[in-house]
Amino acid sequence: MGIIEAILLTVITAATPLVLASMGELVAERTGVLNLGVEGMMVMGAALAFAATQVTGSPYIGILAGIVGGALFSLLFGFLTLTLVTNQVATGLALTILGLGISGQIGEPYLGVSGIKLQPIAIPLLADIPFLGPLLFRQDLIFYLSIGLVVGVNWFLFKTRAGLKIRAIGDNHGSAHALGIHVIRTRYLAVMFGGACAGLAGAQLSLVYTPQWVENMSAGRGWIALALVVFASWRPWRLLAGGYLFGAVSISQLHAQALGLGIPSQFLSALPYIATIVVLILISHNRRMTLVNTPACLGKPFVPDR
Amino acid sequence: MRIELEKRANPSTFFSVLSPFLALGLTVLAGGIMFALLGKDPISALYSFFVEPLLDVWSLHEIAIKAAPLILIGVGLSVCYRSNNWNIGAEGQFIAGAIAGAIVPVVFHDWHSPLVLPLMLIFGMIGGALYAAIPAFLKAHMNTNEILTSLMLVYIAQLFLDWLVRGPWRSPDAYNFPVTRDFAPEAILPELVSSGRTNLGFAFAIIAAIALWIMMRYTLKGFEITVLGQSERAGRFAGFSSKRMIWFSLLLSGALAGLAGISEVSGTIGKLQPVISPGYGFTAIIVAFLGRLSPLGIIAAGLFLALTYVGGEAVQLTLSVSDKVTRVFQGLLLFFVLSCDTLIQYKIRLVFSRFGQSSEGGAH
Repeated sequence: MGIIEAILLTVITAATPLVLASMGELVAERTGVLNLGVEGMMVMGAALAFAATQVTGSPYIGILAGIVGGALFSLLFGFLTLTLVTNQVATGLALTILGLGISGQIGEPYLGVSGIKLQPIAIPLLADIPFLGPLLFRQDLIFYLSIGLVVGVNWFLFKTRAGLKIRAIGDNHGSAHALGIHVIRTRYLAVMFGGACAGLAGAQLSLVYTPQWVENMSAGRGWIALALVVFASWRPWRLLAGGYLFGAVSISQLHAQALGLGIPSQFLSALPYIATIVVLILISHNRRMTLVNTPACLGKPFVPDR
Repeated sequence: MRIELEKRANPSTFFSVLSPFLALGLTVLAGGIMFALLGKDPISALYSFFVEPLLDVWSLHEIAIKAAPLILIGVGLSVCYRSNNWNIGAEGQFIAGAIAGAIVPVVFHDWHSPLVLPLMLIFGMIGGALYAAIPAFLKAHMNTNEILTSLMLVYIAQLFLDWLVRGPWRSPDAYNFPVTRDFAPEAILPELVSSGRTNLGFAFAIIAAIALWIMMRYTLKGFEITVLGQSERAGRFAGFSSKRMIWFSLLLSGALAGLAGISEVSGTIGKLQPVISPGYGFTAIIVAFLGRLSPLGIIAAGLFLALTYVGGEAVQLTLSVSDKVTRVFQGLLLFFVLSCDTLIQYKIRLVFSRFGQSSEGGAH
């Protein structure tokens, strides 16, 4: 395996959790819900996936635990913002704070325990293609799911009736409600979908990226995922590209350290965060572009009148 | 069964007084359940968490020490949130203030003068304000979302502090430990009373809260903050500039967070080290909401959240539960505060559904 292949493999591993978490958030935001709890749901997914894997010995049960746990945890956010119409920004923050606390409790017995790594699955024939085979077709299940998710969400949002309804709710919940679309119910489902994706992203962190439990191991990736959605202007394919761009930036610190460039490691570790700010500036300073792409009802509360 | 909301004609005064207490009660209840799940006796656990720290002088001082940064940051944040500017990077501004203030005792450690401490405090405020100026500039002039930029800057500040204390500012006589040299005695914030460790930082917090309370209640600026926060359009018609408000609220909260940072480093720690805050900048967000975004309420809320830190340490020792309980408590508290606030604006009705009602949009 060549050096380029090795580097690309690490990029894919770093990008996958970003793609997953931001894809879930994209769907939620398309229905008009801004969930700032991605970081909390992600770290919950990581803790639950690790714990379930340790208890059962199967990383696949771990994955399931991450997905279900993330979805159930997001329900808390859903109940507050959708049923009790609380402020979405503050509630999302609460979800993140709570997630960091509870995941610390769940993970505590597993600190320093070496984890079980999710094994790759080689796809027959395709895995033997030179260069591309080992990169794309000898990956673990979560990678395949992340790609499937991008294709699936893109098709669902832009090619199906249900997707049209989702976009309608995000752009004008009042009119959507008048047309008889279930605004609140759809938003609940979208929030849970976002939670499931973030939980899966967390599972990837504790089962593939670094197979162990470390406190706060999401390390801001949930927030980067939120920035990615803006970067992608709420479009799945752009999000995939953005996820890989950010994955490359975040992994570049490790390679730069390996090369021994003499740059302090802290500065390299800060790169993904600096890159996020720079990208946000580039995307948002064109006010009109942002306005056209943002779901018009994003973050606005909705109380059905009767 | 489903839950329906009906908007009240006027916000309920009754519930706006009751809601923080309701939230506290629910948090304590949920906390008891959590302790029971962890296999501890809930009553005695809650007692050592919430009551015991109030019973001796030493822990009362600890509460005051921890409440000081929470109140200082919290009142600054309340101005931001009231004016609809979502600064959630106070943790970063806290660190920036600590670093900027520490320039005096670390870099110019040979200089001894009574001016050292005042200069440190001023540098701390400037440091915090400058760090908050980044998201302010980006929001006001580049239209960039301040939530994400201010939060990213937290991680950058933490890494920068880590680099400083391991690299250029590492003390020559600390045996390679990542700390700066100890601050000289004149760079230490004096203690407030003779009975314990509470320092001048607590006085700063109370003064800041009262000053902001007066500003919010009696000045045009306070009115401007409220109007722009509730409706930017209405504010524009009144001749208020939302751009200037972005700058004002972020610089103010940044300066207060910076003051909290340098006060903590100078009064409590006495040097810089890789980690100088147990998440004060984030906990202060909870403080701001629990205090209903009002400066005087924030004093009470800050003291209560400080109690959760001290109580968390206490149960960690006596019941050997993890210190994460504190985090869980704080998260739960914010959830309950936000849900109880719904009662102020809405009447809540439980509807047991019958035929034909499921077509309503509010079902779930």
